[in-house]
Amino acid sequence: MKFNKFTRSAVVLSVAAALAVPTFAITSASAASKASTWTSAKQAGGIAKIAAACKKEGQLNIIATPVDWANYGEIIENFKKKYKVKIDSNIPDGSSQDEIDQANALKGTKRSPDVFDMGTTVGYKYIDTHYAPYKVTNWAKIPANLKDPQGRLTPNYTGVLTIGYDGALGTITKLDDLLDPKFKGVVALNGDPTKASAGLNGLFMTSLANGGSLDDISKGVEWFKKLKAAGNFINVDPNTATIDSGQTRVVFDWTYNHKSHQDRFKAAGKSWKTFTPKGAEVGSWYNAGVSPWAPHPACARLWMEFIYTAEGSNSWAKGGASPVIWPMMIKDKTASKEAIAVIGSGTGVARVASAEQLAAANTYLVANWAAAVGTR
Amino acid sequence: MTQSQIARAGSSTGTGSRFWRNKKDYLGVIPFLVFTGLFLLWPTVNVVYGAFFTEEGEFSLDYIVNTIQEEAHWIPFLNTLKISFWTSIVGGLIGALFAWAISTGKPDGIGRRFVMATGGVLAQFGGVMLAFAFFATFGFNGFVTTFALKFSDTNFLASPAWLYGLFGLGVVYTFFQIPLMFIVFLPAVENLKPQWSEASQSLGGSSKDYWFRIGFPVLFPSFLGGVLLLFVNAFSAYATAAALISQGTIITPLDIGSALSSETGGASAPLAKTLSLYMVAVVVIVMALYSLLRKRVSKWENTK
Amino acid sequence: MKLSIPGRIFRAFIIIVTGLYLLGPLYGMLDFSTKPLGLEGGRTLRAWTAIGKNPDVISSLIASFSIAIVVMLLIFLLVVPTVIWVHLKLPAFRRPMELICLLPLAIPAIVIVVGIAPLYRWISINVTESPVTLSGVYAMLILPYTYRSLSAALDLVDIATLAEAARTLGASTMRTIFGVVMPTIRSGIMSGVVISIALVLGEFTISALLAFDTLQVVIYLLGRQDGKIAVAVALSALLFVFAILFAIPTTKRQRVILDADVA
Repeated sequence: MKFNKFTRSAVVLSVAAALAVPTFAITSASAASKASTWTSAKQAGGIAKIAAACKKEGQLNIIATPVDWANYGEIIENFKKKYKVKIDSNIPDGSSQDEIDQANALKGTKRSPDVFDMGTTVGYKYIDTHYAPYKVTNWAKIPANLKDPQGRLTPNYTGVLTIGYDGALGTITKLDDLLDPKFKGVVALNGDPTKASAGLNGLFMTSLANGGSLDDISKGVEWFKKLKAAGNFINVDPNTATIDSGQTRVVFDWTYNHKSHQDRFKAAGKSWKTFTPKGAEVGSWYNAGVSPWAPHPACARLWMEFIYTAEGSNSWAKGGASPVIWPMMIKDKTASKEAIAVIGSGTGVARVASAEQLAAANTYLVANWAAAVGTR
Repeated sequence: MTQSQIARAGSSTGTGSRFWRNKKDYLGVIPFLVFTGLFLLWPTVNVVYGAFFTEEGEFSLDYIVNTIQEEAHWIPFLNTLKISFWTSIVGGLIGALFAWAISTGKPDGIGRRFVMATGGVLAQFGGVMLAFAFFATFGFNGFVTTFALKFSDTNFLASPAWLYGLFGLGVVYTFFQIPLMFIVFLPAVENLKPQWSEASQSLGGSSKDYWFRIGFPVLFPSFLGGVLLLFVNAFSAYATAAALISQGTIITPLDIGSALSSETGGASAPLAKTLSLYMVAVVVIVMALYSLLRKRVSKWENTK
Repeated sequence: MKLSIPGRIFRAFIIIVTGLYLLGPLYGMLDFSTKPLGLEGGRTLRAWTAIGKNPDVISSLIASFSIAIVVMLLIFLLVVPTVIWVHLKLPAFRRPMELICLLPLAIPAIVIVVGIAPLYRWISINVTESPVTLSGVYAMLILPYTYRSLSAALDLVDIATLAEAARTLGASTMRTIFGVVMPTIRSGIMSGVVISIALVLGEFTISALLAFDTLQVVIYLLGRQDGKIAVAVALSALLFVFAILFAIPTTKRQRVILDADVA
């Protein structure tokens, strides 16, 4: 009968289609298990060995690493060019928690993330279970108080929470300038402070600028309440698209995120300016780690080595972030001219809130933020 | 013998009691049940089950009982119900009207194909791009805003703030609710037999008579079904709201999203699952109400 | 149906107003994606030409397409026959079936991922990592829409009589379902198909969270680089889906069968 033949051929077609669509990386099982035991380049037999193993693996899975965040785009391109492997980027706008959730959901598959870029709070929550220890070649140059002694999580870069804005709006000289009506409906914070590190640190900065401290974030919440009441604050996550369209013309975000906007605006004949209130500089370290069940363990470790050398870290600096090995790069003169032009040759970093201060701020915000800015 | 008796007599598939005959018919839905069991029912149970346990894995009814009492959670829940209700009614009416308007055209024409294709595309157009399309239209630099500014500085369309609240979200929702209703309701309108309107005319009835006595009653069950679909569609919509009001938890799906994801360590899987349990419960209740309504309606529906 | 003058005016009014409202934001996207780049004077298609230069777009298109094909097969071979079967033989099962078919909509996509991730993990490890496996969960997502269009069509056509007529003429059950009933409710089926294809090509959340590179995921990645490119790619994806749907014939002249009243 006509449709029986149809049915049969349809089934054959669909099975063929299913098998024809290319799957992802081809990993050699035995090589993978060996590379996942490497805890340092020395133990693996040298960077060249790791690079060769990575070449065989052919791919690196990164997660929550947007190309326009801290100039990661350049690092990704340079890594791809140097080692000739493919990089698969997943959920670029994911939070640190999303990284862990994905690692769990994809455990054992070839799509599982190989490396993480974690905020400190969430990162250390999973310190015992979700990272394979790996100490990069420049391990000794990283301050002891910042890194995990076993090498499970290693700080990579920090920045300063800054206000970036469309130059067409004039020049901002103090925080309260933003309460002016000309900023109506265009001020945004990068992330809900009860969930996102940039948002939370934006509140810290605002608090410091208003006479508060890292222990007392209430002054920051009050100021944002004023901003919302003036009709200037909008509850939207800013990103490249919202900035380009003029929807979010003033953004509270990390310095390194503003850099890409500055470049883009300059290319279009406009300007994106930045302003940090005096005495209100705050920063926060992000951390890199290797997944214990990385489907491409050699590439994961190669990536770690890459970003913790001048070759990788210069890109971060060019993007406005302060790499953790910056003091070493200044001393060794491996810091590139363009990098110094962006973040200067100073090696100090903005103060960072402690775990207790973060927890206390979080509690306060969970109780008061939504009511203050009407997110319900 | 009546028509139905002939029908029943003709459908015998073998000997045996009526009870056994019906049981065998259930075999026909086994493939479907296996498939949905695997890809739908088991995952749903998986999620809902988690609502009964704490983060550490202990059985507890705490989450289920307490969550809905917290302002942080029942306000978004109420908002979700509100927006679903309004966008399903408004979208349903407009979509149904549009379906009628299109059904009066040529069924094979290019115009019909164009509208069907557009409707299909727009019914599933959501998330980041939809929010963005609305910004590009009604936002700060949007072409409608720019146009409206030419008239006055303070008129409603000139200031984009309205887009970021529950009302704005509702307006954006109607953008996919209307095409959805259109697509889903069109087959019903198309199946209105022309004989009925001819019969009504030949019996001296006006257009109004036709609609109120024949058209609407016949279409009502399908209309109700469409509105129900729209309601549930708006109820669980997440991506669009996340893009439009990316911060804050103005509706429950956003609340769930925030319970699952965090940069500052505050994620709670049992909370997310509890909220999902509430949502499934609402759908079950709405379905039950719909069934009741259908039973009532079918009392005066005798087209069969 | 012949329309009176007021009817025609009303009809034109609905079509124009609704049409403007729905097409407006699309024009907004076109407007934004071709905006001049600051110093340059006129509109530019720079954002649009960037699409062709990106290799990931093509491979994700193929993936999404394959998924759509498999989902369509599932509709024709599993969903539609089952719905017809239930309408004909198991009226008691109608309400449970409606509930099952509405359930996928009750759960936001992010929650579906939470529930289904273990299953997909197992499939990825033991069967295949191909994105085509997404067709399983997508088939569930399209159930509400497909069931609703089918139901609307079945409610108004006397399927029972039709099936009996076919039976008495000697047709087997399969022949009745596939050869007699399905063509009759063709408009209902095609409505469901139209939405299903649009859904598969427009779905983002589940494929992103399960780390599959489908069309929308690639669009999103592309958009991170540049707002204009993102909108251009999204709009071109919409136009592309539209072109596909436009090519499908959605109705056929079936009035003949409906008019043959079996007395």
